[in-house]
Amino acid sequence: MSVIPARETMPIVDEPLRPERSRSVARVIDLLVRSLVPVVLALIAGGILLLILGRDPLSFYSDIWHGGVQQGSWQDSAMRMAPLLLIAVGLIFVFRANIWNLGYDGQFLLAAAVLSGWGPSLVTHVPLWLAMTLLFLVAAGVGAAWTLIPAGLKAAYETNEIITTLMMSFIGVGLANILVKGPFQDPAVNIPQTKVLPLEKMLPAIPSTRIHVGVLVALFAAIVAYYVLTRTAFGLRVQVLGANPRAARHVGVRVRKLIMSSFLVSGALIGAAAAADILGVWGYARANWNPAYGDTVIPFVFLARLNPLAVIPFIAFFAVLSTGGDLAAQNANLPTDFLLVLVALILIFMTLIEFIGRRRELGKSYLPPGVREALRKPLIRRRESVKEPEAA
Amino acid sequence: MSSLFHQAVLTALISGGIIAGVPLMLTAIGETISERAGVLNLGLEGMMLMGAYLGFIGAYYGHSSWLGFLLGASGGVIACSFMIVLCVWLGLDQIVIGIAITLAGEGITSVLQGAQFGTSYPRLGAPAEVSIPLLHKIPVIGPSVFEQQLLVYLAVVLVGVLVWVFRTTNVGLNLRAAGEKPEALDAAGVSVAATRSHAVLCTGALAGIGGAFLSIVGAGVFTPFMTQGQGYMAIVICMLARGKPVWVLVGAFLFGISLSIATALQLAGINISTDVVNLLPFIAIMVALVLFARRSYLPPALALPYFRGAR
Repeated sequence: MSVIPARETMPIVDEPLRPERSRSVARVIDLLVRSLVPVVLALIAGGILLLILGRDPLSFYSDIWHGGVQQGSWQDSAMRMAPLLLIAVGLIFVFRANIWNLGYDGQFLLAAAVLSGWGPSLVTHVPLWLAMTLLFLVAAGVGAAWTLIPAGLKAAYETNEIITTLMMSFIGVGLANILVKGPFQDPAVNIPQTKVLPLEKMLPAIPSTRIHVGVLVALFAAIVAYYVLTRTAFGLRVQVLGANPRAARHVGVRVRKLIMSSFLVSGALIGAAAAADILGVWGYARANWNPAYGDTVIPFVFLARLNPLAVIPFIAFFAVLSTGGDLAAQNANLPTDFLLVLVALILIFMTLIEFIGRRRELGKSYLPPGVREALRKPLIRRRESVKEPEAA
Repeated sequence: MSSLFHQAVLTALISGGIIAGVPLMLTAIGETISERAGVLNLGLEGMMLMGAYLGFIGAYYGHSSWLGFLLGASGGVIACSFMIVLCVWLGLDQIVIGIAITLAGEGITSVLQGAQFGTSYPRLGAPAEVSIPLLHKIPVIGPSVFEQQLLVYLAVVLVGVLVWVFRTTNVGLNLRAAGEKPEALDAAGVSVAATRSHAVLCTGALAGIGGAFLSIVGAGVFTPFMTQGQGYMAIVICMLARGKPVWVLVGAFLFGISLSIATALQLAGINISTDVVNLLPFIAIMVALVLFARRSYLPPALALPYFRGAR
């Protein structure tokens, strides 16, 4: 049951013979166009939508700039990058293998609940660096463990992992709530939340900024992932599995093991994202808290063409958008869920641009065969009716 | 424990199961149609939300639940028309577009609700029920099964119609062929794109009505993100039912019961945290998947775009 078609992320095209220089320039331009145009189009379409709702799109977007970059709020955006980037890298690992781990919410929140339940007592007993390392490892372990069932089912029976990861995600979110309201509840307060980590017991900041070192961890993870995925045998195997599982089996890749390991790595990175966010920014977990980072990260993972380094600027862009979006939505008297619409628009425009680009590379018409025929038919019929006497 | 089997509790359980199960059933039946035709519809959640929002608007301003259902269906159709153009006609990735439709549906309904009502959530009155003569006097089953919305009965009839369509009609055969072997359908002179488009249109309309039922009858109010994963549950029900409408009916009713069990338990005086109870359907699905994983079936051409002449 191979549900997922091979995604043509890197189309192999016989490029016409052109001078080396202009060809590489053209490729860079092509890449930039394909990555940036969807974002621009989505912002324009979002602006039109704002106009329809009777809001001023220009002031909305300038509020985003104001609240996401200016007056030191770029530091908040940078901190927002840490969990987003770790989740993005985690998703890239599985998406490259053409496995759909859509259970990021459950993995993230469960890891967050466990580590913020255990953290406050741990930091009082061991030195800070050890506590932080341990908590990162625990979070990564929880995230990875939550992918075990979908990974096992996929490896053993080829059960659709979209369904299983989503179901495990719902269970994980619910379990996180139960944990926060039950065993990890701070007895000192009435609100369902865990004990708050004291400020000096959280991730230290980079000197002369407010930005915590979790951001560096995320950047480091992206670089390591880039190396592993593009420069090692493991990365190649992941690529082969993603391109064609049957071919992978033929060339001797142990597919089951690879499915398990890429799932586990992905879960671990998503768990680590929870650690970076809780230990760096929040210091505690609340019940019913769900930032839903994963949903919003997905388009940028694809825009970066599953490249862990290329995803960094996209994540930076989205971090600004989401940090400033809070202020902008508040000023425009709209729910922050408006950002979801923007993200969905980016996804749609991205697939459209990708489609157009692929057809152009293949030297074909921009229109798909069905639509082209439908448009052409009236013309052809007219021409035929004119020509009929000659043909006869 | 004996109070659990008290008449009122059982009535509430079954009736709640039906009310919660109908949106699931309509959506899952829609998904069955499109999956059989080879289109994996991950945007169900967004379509349901569009249906729920527009349905609520229709019922709120039009003062008629039928107007609500109609608008709900059109909401689902609007959402699924993206799927038709982008996935069926252009052959773009169904999974990516499905996620996009879900996100857009979540975002846009929440934004529209916020822009319109702010933070207030107006309520609808309970729509009228239809009681079937004689049968509604049977204890327990009478008031729970035979005193329901007209739409509930129509939904059950729809299952029967669908069984008939799949089994004996040309339309059903074409639909199945579009999912099993689109090349064969094309060779037989039937347009794959048109067949799949019609299937997805049905899916959108049904998911929209399902969402509208959720907001108009189930809750009486529209709140953002109110579907809470029911679209995905519908996909699982459809997958476990292996494309058989009757099993979709059974599965949807069972999941409806597990969704409504919390209220029934409270009536019985048993107090379990709703967090635990809300997990039950998902745990049930995971157990079912672990036990029957090998037996779930999906059409071979599912989620594969069809291009004439492509290998």
